[in-house]
Amino acid sequence: MKNRTYNTISSPYALWCAIFIVAPLVIVAFYALTDKTGNFTFENIKHLSMYTDTIARSIYFGIIATVVCLLISYPLAYIFSKTKVSTQTILVMLVMVPMWMNFLLRTYAIMVLFEDTGIINNFLQKIGLSPIHMINTAGAVIFGMVYNYLPFMILPLYTSMTKLDNKLIEAAYDLGATGFQTLRDVMIPLTKSGIVTGITMVFVPSVSTFYISQKLGGGKYTLIGDVIEMQFQTAYNYNLGAAISLLLMVLILVCIAVMNKFEDTEERGMLV
Amino acid sequence: MRGSGLLEKNVIISLKDISISFDGEQILKDLNLSIRDGEFITLLGASGCGKTTILRIIAGFLEPDSGEVIFDGRCVNDVPANERQVNTIFQRYALFPHLNVYENIAFGLRLRKMKDKEIKEKVTEMLALVDLKGFEHRSVESLSGGQQQRVAIARALAVDPRVLLLDEPLGALDLKLRKDMQAELKSIQERLKITFIYVTHDQEEALSMSDTIVVMDQGEIQHIGSPLDIYNEPKNAFVADFIGESNILDGVMKKDFKVMFSGHVFDCVDKGFQENELVDVVIRPEDVDICEPEKGMISGVVTSVVFKGVHYEIIVDIKGFKWMIQTTDYSAVGDNIGILIAPDEIHIMKKSKYSGLYGDYSSFSDEMDFISDVNEVLVDTEEEIID
Repeated sequence: MKNRTYNTISSPYALWCAIFIVAPLVIVAFYALTDKTGNFTFENIKHLSMYTDTIARSIYFGIIATVVCLLISYPLAYIFSKTKVSTQTILVMLVMVPMWMNFLLRTYAIMVLFEDTGIINNFLQKIGLSPIHMINTAGAVIFGMVYNYLPFMILPLYTSMTKLDNKLIEAAYDLGATGFQTLRDVMIPLTKSGIVTGITMVFVPSVSTFYISQKLGGGKYTLIGDVIEMQFQTAYNYNLGAAISLLLMVLILVCIAVMNKFEDTEERGMLV
Repeated sequence: MRGSGLLEKNVIISLKDISISFDGEQILKDLNLSIRDGEFITLLGASGCGKTTILRIIAGFLEPDSGEVIFDGRCVNDVPANERQVNTIFQRYALFPHLNVYENIAFGLRLRKMKDKEIKEKVTEMLALVDLKGFEHRSVESLSGGQQQRVAIARALAVDPRVLLLDEPLGALDLKLRKDMQAELKSIQERLKITFIYVTHDQEEALSMSDTIVVMDQGEIQHIGSPLDIYNEPKNAFVADFIGESNILDGVMKKDFKVMFSGHVFDCVDKGFQENELVDVVIRPEDVDICEPEKGMISGVVTSVVFKGVHYEIIVDIKGFKWMIQTTDYSAVGDNIGILIAPDEIHIMKKSKYSGLYGDYSSFSDEMDFISDVNEVLVDTEEEIID
């Protein structure tokens, strides 16, 4: 009886999963393993070796962006969690507001700021400083990633910080711990679930992102997401595009599996 | 009285003119307190009286707005919490949930870069002290409240503090366990001979454990003394009411050893008041004897009788004032009874700002008592959020 109710209630979700999650995966795998005429082939997979540099660069940029996000967000989330509840609501809102703006628009805005004759350089020249070349550099691409995905790091960290009992930090001090020791031995272990979730939520979109590097990197730093976009939008090679997607998916799954090892028995994060 | 002359030598902590306020509200005002090395001192008061604030100032978690904290003859205002030789037992234990029992107790030792072998010895010793042998590898979350409490004690004592601060440590335990832990804490303190500064709102707990009790209200010390002293010779109506049950009446000191209240002049043992000075008179419920109305010094009508096991608790209306009397003699509601009070059972206090606020049992009922207790618990939680 109970089981039947359960099945009835869950059936719409099962259907949803089948149509929008399982079916697309099967289709991607199918395209990746066939040629244009629909015959089975490993040709696409072999082609992937052409993109080793791109993949390495994507992962490298993704790691840097994630680390920068973590370094910015951890102290920020702690400060958030220590303010008054009403202030916390406002601060969290402020973090969320940029996310309401379209992703492409946000990236375009950074471009306008960073250009050689852009707003920042104009301002620097006005106050008598020499302009700085920022656009079309690796730094600009990573900045774009950090800017776009920072909220995904702050929010899970903030959530786990609010659950952290301040008395535990006091207890650590009381037993003689310095600020650094308290961070290392008490705070980080107890906010691990937030850290793992934040890293996953920033790293995954950073690795697979497109458009950011085209606009801010001037095409010099092609990332895997751009390659996939190119295969579908300009080269019309759906099979190779699907193969790259499949590879990216496998890479991300490996990363998540590694992260989950760290999380062990702790409560699960939001994403995985 | 305290901290002067001879006693100055073994004072370990003294607070000098400590004031602190939060959000414009004065919590402590020019507070002075000396604590002797090796004593069990209890800060007793209702929630919001500032007792926890004192503890946090001594621990180094709060900095007073003005005044000095002297530890071992040295001002420690600028010494951070992690460098003070005091450790705290927190209200809800604050054990590290990601560490097992062994690692919780070893936490402070590891920070001191002790060798693994020494740590093991110390942790084993501490577990024996708090009677938790064999619990090393248990997760702290799998322990009962009482066991968690023991781990918290072991963790704090492992680092050999000079002073242990205990912030309502038994508040979350049930009554039976609480009594056991009281005895155990007292015996640990006697064995280790270190100073315990204990904060509670439970007067019974304070009376049964302390060498010295500091009764506090509204950020000020109302009375410092031994449990006996505080019970028998309360300084004012607040102290008399807070510690145990008291009938507190308005009286007039006719002359030395003669006090008038309830329309009768009683012999007493107090002197040194002015002639006809208005005073507060305290009579403990257990110190009143009942008799036939015509034989009594004063008499009245019984309005309520409650059987308490060892004794009856009766409320008697005498000239409009409701007395609480604890007696083994039974009387029925409506009976007319007389009462007798021996001279040394009458305690005279000078009038204070608390006069007239306490000590009449006209609105007394067990239910009322229970309701006000519940409030206290609620306010307690609030207080914690504030500080």
